[in-house]
Amino acid sequence: MTMDTVHDLGNEITIKGIAAAPGIVFGPAYVYSRQAVRAQMKPILPSEIDSEIERLQAAVARSEKELQKIIAYAAEKLDEEHTKILEAQIMILGDAILMGAVERRIRAELTNAEFIVFDEISKYKRVMLSAADEYMHERAHDVDDVMNRIIRNIQDQKLVSRLEGEAIIVTETLSPADTVIFSRNRILGYATDTGGATSHAAILSRSLKIPAVVGLRSATKHVRAGDPIAMDGYSGLFIIRPSEETLETLRRKAERFREFEERLVAISTLNAETPDHRHLELSANIEFAEELEFAKAQGAAGIGLFRTESQLIGRNAYPPEEELFETYRTIADAIFPHSVIVRVFDVGGDKLAPGSFQENNPFLGWRGIRVLLDHPELFLTQLRAILRSSTRKNVRIMFPMVSTVEEIRAARAFVRQAMDELVARREAFDAGIKIGIMVETPAAVLSADRMATEVDFFSIGTNDLTQYIMAVDRDNTAVASLYQQFNPAVLRAIRMTIDAAHAHRKWVGMCGEMAGDPLATMLLLGMGLDEFSVIPSVLPEIKKIIRSVKYKDARKIADRVMLLADEHAIREMLAAVLRNQLPELPLES
Amino acid sequence: MITRTVTIVNRAGMHTRPAAALVKLAARFQAEFTIMKDGFEINGKSIIGVMTLAAEQGSTLDLRFDGPDEERAAAEVVALFERGFDEA
Repeated sequence: MTMDTVHDLGNEITIKGIAAAPGIVFGPAYVYSRQAVRAQMKPILPSEIDSEIERLQAAVARSEKELQKIIAYAAEKLDEEHTKILEAQIMILGDAILMGAVERRIRAELTNAEFIVFDEISKYKRVMLSAADEYMHERAHDVDDVMNRIIRNIQDQKLVSRLEGEAIIVTETLSPADTVIFSRNRILGYATDTGGATSHAAILSRSLKIPAVVGLRSATKHVRAGDPIAMDGYSGLFIIRPSEETLETLRRKAERFREFEERLVAISTLNAETPDHRHLELSANIEFAEELEFAKAQGAAGIGLFRTESQLIGRNAYPPEEELFETYRTIADAIFPHSVIVRVFDVGGDKLAPGSFQENNPFLGWRGIRVLLDHPELFLTQLRAILRSSTRKNVRIMFPMVSTVEEIRAARAFVRQAMDELVARREAFDAGIKIGIMVETPAAVLSADRMATEVDFFSIGTNDLTQYIMAVDRDNTAVASLYQQFNPAVLRAIRMTIDAAHAHRKWVGMCGEMAGDPLATMLLLGMGLDEFSVIPSVLPEIKKIIRSVKYKDARKIADRVMLLADEHAIREMLAAVLRNQLPELPLES
Repeated sequence: MITRTVTIVNRAGMHTRPAAALVKLAARFQAEFTIMKDGFEINGKSIIGVMTLAAEQGSTLDLRFDGPDEERAAAEVVALFERGFDEA
């Protein structure tokens, strides 16, 4: 579709972004800025003093809890000096002289807490920075940390308290953690300036069933707090001050989709089986244990991808084995008798040692299994935790970003070592645990027949695979149109992978976005895919398609599609087949 | 009111750990405790204040104690300095 990104019709402004999570919502804009550890000075009323001070105290208490938690995690991993620094930060939070001065100034100057905290602590910081020695400069850094922590906690509280009403969050960027925090409030939808359909925040909002439009570029510039917004998460439209006509059109569209979705829920308890009895594994991708309940309600027969990165990122220390184990066990127990595939930490090296290491080309760099093989202690800790959670034999291990057979062998050697360590500790685990890899590099596809003999299963990661095959960064808007999941090159890679796995009697699934795209379902089914792992919100829709088409017909469809030469023609054919098979499916064109 | 002058004897000087030990000790007394150095006055019961003291080995500080238990406070605080905060 070619269309100006921003469309200004008198009072109504339409901005076209990327549809990230389905649904149509109407509500006031809540403009949220994260770059906010700058504390602005704002006057308060005398009647607001007490609640302002209560918020300060709550923020200090919250900050202390955070630091205590970091120390508890860090006890074995951090050196003594680092622990001491954190303890000193806790003492600053408990500094009665400092906090007394802050409270007095809030009362006397009728000024907001975050500004007074900033101003008061900055005084000390300036003294430290004016000293000649390096040691004092480092302490100024610690003081800065603790100040930012307090201010952030004050602001988060104000945010949450202001968010009591329903609103559409409009923000420059949204982290997965923000997404979860907001979702505890009554959030109608998310709209962000940055991001793509496959950003983690987008994936998470789909999973939480909160409509989202991302990649709007200038939404935060055009919108004012409280502006009425209509947002269409099916087509990626963000409309400021919508006209009555626009509202009416969107209401009708919303109604159409709602009726269809209600019918879908009814099939959540049925099997994912074609009319000619080919049974498919239809499972869910999740990142947080909080998503489990919803995934099960949607009819997930297993977790085909549990992303573990959020257990690692944004913390000061490696997570302890116990904590990892608790999470894996919770999921394994909840999903039993079905299985969960735990993907080991899939992060870029920069996430483990921020600032210490810069890569010109991170997508071709130190990530996935490459990082873990270089961090034996972290890798072994996670493997022990996964193994301990496998006693009911429903846990599987998956390695990301594999490009050579040697990596599989090296990773498996770590699994054996982790098993030996558990044997020595007399801990139970599933000695026959299934081990698989993500197929997401062209190297893995081209040597899939070799890799198949080294593993128990494959799961195709179409997002990265498409990027690597098309040589396109999906977040680079200049070339984003070349990110073609239905390009014949990508489809051939998928078919090769499936055929190689089946030739070695291994099963093959898909956990990339494509598995959850209704347009791709019949094609993938026809190619012989054994498992579809999708975001929970689309489970019933994919199941409905699987239940509506015979496997023998799907194979014919796949064969016909593979004869086509360009993505556009392929999409057209698949859309036509789908409309023919399931006329009631409200497809986005 | 009592004043005392002390010298920093431990090798690492007045870093975070001694600062914490000093503040914890001072908090046990009612007496106000002020540290003076290079024209600055710092409340000795405030960790963030004490952290701003760039006091390396060999530097001297003036201490002031003011309150009902100032004698005991002065004796124990000075002893802590003299022991080099129990560090090397």
